[in-house]
Amino acid sequence: MINSLGQPQSVLVLGGTSDIGMATLRAWSRTCRPYVVLAARPGPRRDHALAEVRGLGLEVEAVDFDAEDTDAHPDLIRSVAGQRDIDVALVAFGLLGDEERAWQDHAAAVELARVNYVGAVSVGVVLAEVMQQQGHGSIVVLSSVAGERVRRSNFVYGSTKAGMDGFYLGLGEAVRDAGVHVAVVRPGFVRTRMTEGREAAPLAVDADDVAAAIVRAVAERRELVWVPGPLRAVMSGLRHVPRPLFRRLPL
Amino acid sequence: MSERRLLTGWGGTAPTAASTVSVAAADLPRVVTGSGGRGVIARGLGRSYGDAAQNAGGTVVLPLPGWYELDAGRGTVRVSAGTSFHDLMRELIPRGFFVPVTPGTRYVTVGGAIAADVHGKNHHRVGALGGQVVELELLGADGTVRTVGPGRDLDLFWATVGGMGLTGVITSAVLRLLPVETGQMVVDTERLDDLDAVLTRMAESDDAFTYSVAWIDTLARGRSMGRSVLTRGEHARREDLAGSPRHRADVVPHDARVAMPSLLPPHLISRPTTLAFNEMWFRKAPRRREGQVQTVAAFFHPLDGVRHWNRVYGRGGFLQYQFVVPENEDEALRRILGRISRAGYPSFLAVLKRFGPGDPGPLSFPMAGWTLAIDLPTSPTLRGFLADLDGLVVASGGRVYLAKDSRMEPGLLAEMYPRLDEFRAVRARVDPGGVFQSDLSRRLHL
Repeated sequence: MINSLGQPQSVLVLGGTSDIGMATLRAWSRTCRPYVVLAARPGPRRDHALAEVRGLGLEVEAVDFDAEDTDAHPDLIRSVAGQRDIDVALVAFGLLGDEERAWQDHAAAVELARVNYVGAVSVGVVLAEVMQQQGHGSIVVLSSVAGERVRRSNFVYGSTKAGMDGFYLGLGEAVRDAGVHVAVVRPGFVRTRMTEGREAAPLAVDADDVAAAIVRAVAERRELVWVPGPLRAVMSGLRHVPRPLFRRLPL
Repeated sequence: MSERRLLTGWGGTAPTAASTVSVAAADLPRVVTGSGGRGVIARGLGRSYGDAAQNAGGTVVLPLPGWYELDAGRGTVRVSAGTSFHDLMRELIPRGFFVPVTPGTRYVTVGGAIAADVHGKNHHRVGALGGQVVELELLGADGTVRTVGPGRDLDLFWATVGGMGLTGVITSAVLRLLPVETGQMVVDTERLDDLDAVLTRMAESDDAFTYSVAWIDTLARGRSMGRSVLTRGEHARREDLAGSPRHRADVVPHDARVAMPSLLPPHLISRPTTLAFNEMWFRKAPRRREGQVQTVAAFFHPLDGVRHWNRVYGRGGFLQYQFVVPENEDEALRRILGRISRAGYPSFLAVLKRFGPGDPGPLSFPMAGWTLAIDLPTSPTLRGFLADLDGLVVASGGRVYLAKDSRMEPGLLAEMYPRLDEFRAVRARVDPGGVFQSDLSRRLHL
């Protein structure tokens, strides 16, 4: 159960090797001891993540998860929920890809869409089902400002995030009376392994900042969170910039 | 009749959804035996602060309109579990009786009060409610109703008293009553300047009064740390009211005429507002006043005067931290109060009470010693702060009250309640399939 101060007793991380996922577990480990399930593809990265969670003093197990293998998602998530309630599910998987390749290479575009959008919808439906049966739970999903107004420079990635963002906002409305909370987190540029080697955008944050926002979103049952907060104002301005001008902005 | 609903405790935190049912007693066994994997729990009026009367994904049984049969000769009442103390008092006072123990609100049901083994301002004299229960009817996991009491299945009886509803659904109880002549109280009030003064005063002279409690200013620091307003009282006899026609003997509590609005500015309860309120409250109390006549409602249940008073804490809700430290652990109490006052969390109306000996319930909260209850708006910094206080409470041999808890670390439970295994053994015997469950039982692995 999530207690009155927003401390969960169990967390499922889908995309269990994510830097933001790990930072969030680190933040929780400072005030509570949730049981952790890392869902990720087997391999050295997952082994490393497991060791890191153990190092935090948390009990942890790993389950095999491939975002593209949507047929396997229902059984996987139901079996995790069958062991113990899932208090928080963190939907933390995603691909960034190479922007220019992404719209010109058919396979690359389809992969981005399948992981970031289809995969996210697939787990979302099953998480909503098991959490409605539990009568409680939080689904936290990592969206992106890139989905708020899709821009030329990364529109394949942006469009997948726009789609999953809309799906989860709607899902949150659909399940709120069933005791299930959905938080859509929209970070700006986050300095992680995923963005390594890229030039940081203005208002860039670290994984720990996103983690702090997630901890707060769960505790306060927030539905939409920007990281950092001021991005909300920036994006709401950008959203209304006319297309000819938007095109010329260095974004 | 079943309806899916979001439920919280009085603190308004951690909502969860359950299927709520409101059915006649005759149909309850079917509800219990057919409750499915996530089980069932009985709920009263939802005044437990935390998640004791929630059951996420399962079934929650709501209270039915009450009935009672008074046995004036024996001085007992047989009453349905869903009856509120409010309704019961309104019936009993004109007939010359009072409930043996009342918590700080009348809006609790008899069943809920037994399940939490509630205590009142007279704990130092009569103990908690459990000691005043002659017998009770308990609907078990197998769908049968058993009569249990101190003389019939003692273990199950005491596991049910304070058992947070996890041994079955209490359907009715026989309570011993207190004969009274009026619905008024005679109250002595005094202001005490620091913690030493109030502890000494209570330890020395509480036994001369049936009811005793202190309001303590948890924000006062330094020399005035622990400054308190101590009120003690007795039920007024007719002769106490003679010559003052404005104090009617037959007065009974009534429902509040005012309600807290549902839309309030945020952060009403903050450090500045609480400092100001506490200062005012302390100053307005008389240094010493004896023999003041007050109604039962004003003396026992001041907060019941405003419906939905919990709304003052806003959307984020609040929690109550109530702990007890054993007698002779004044030092632990002083250390904990020091932490609270230094941290400066805003708490209105913190309540300090000297407990008499506890009762045999393995999960019953009271034990001989000092109990303090503080209301706190939820905030992230409370996580570490209250965990530290838990540590001090456990180290002193004390415990926190499960009817108030909404955030405790489950690993501490066995230290706070050393007879937890006895409770679990009774549960394993009467409910091997774990039919009775609640968010509290899940969260604390009860």
